[in-house]
Amino acid sequence: MVARVSIQTADFDLGAELAALRAQDLRVGAVCSFVGTVRDRHAQLQRGAPVQVGPVQSLELEHYPGMTEKSIELMIDAALGRFDIYAARVIHRVGLLKPADQIVLVAVTSAHRGESFQACEFLMDYLKTQAPFWKKEVTPEGTRWVDARVSDDAALARWGLAADNAGPG
Amino acid sequence: MRRVHIRYFAALREALGPGEEWMTAAQTVGQLRDELIARGDPHAQALARSRPVRAALDQSLCPETQALEEGCEVAFFPPVTGG
Repeated sequence: MVARVSIQTADFDLGAELAALRAQDLRVGAVCSFVGTVRDRHAQLQRGAPVQVGPVQSLELEHYPGMTEKSIELMIDAALGRFDIYAARVIHRVGLLKPADQIVLVAVTSAHRGESFQACEFLMDYLKTQAPFWKKEVTPEGTRWVDARVSDDAALARWGLAADNAGPG
Repeated sequence: MRRVHIRYFAALREALGPGEEWMTAAQTVGQLRDELIARGDPHAQALARSRPVRAALDQSLCPETQALEEGCEVAFFPPVTGG
């Protein structure tokens, strides 16, 4: 049995993770995965040519050990209860990451594509607003904690769940 | 009154020092936040009511009306930004 949740500093191999998730389960007809990567919010495409590098040199990811794993396990339980899926896997990296590094993997298996597409999005929407991770950008001018986005709360609301993460108070 | 284990994360951890402490607290998470604010800075500023601060009791997100129990773990932190 593959662990459902991993919080780690190491990178992950998407192909190996998907192979392990569906191994020996002949019911699986669909595998849907999402990989989040470190984005330099300030990087610009110059006339479609090479990317102008922005000021983000690295990203530090902090989390709340214990609560992180527990909250994501509960999210996977919720996804298994809500969608007709067979298995789910979440990997989230912490520590120091660079632009273009992989941060997060959510992968789901099911018989048909619709359920795994939906469950994958549900898990990401849930994770963005309810799992205790915090990002800090490191730039030449110093460090800056990344702000939460109200649009991420709205994404979770589509599933009938209140996020109450971003925003005042 | 009860002893509670308080933990801070991210910007709150940076503002409030070692990241954890024990203290005797009143009845709810919200009252605990008010007691910390009443200490003055840096707690007053970091936990100010004008700021978005989220809380967890025993590692589950909770509202400020959540009741505290002896030996519980209360965490305060900014809105989360993972994924």
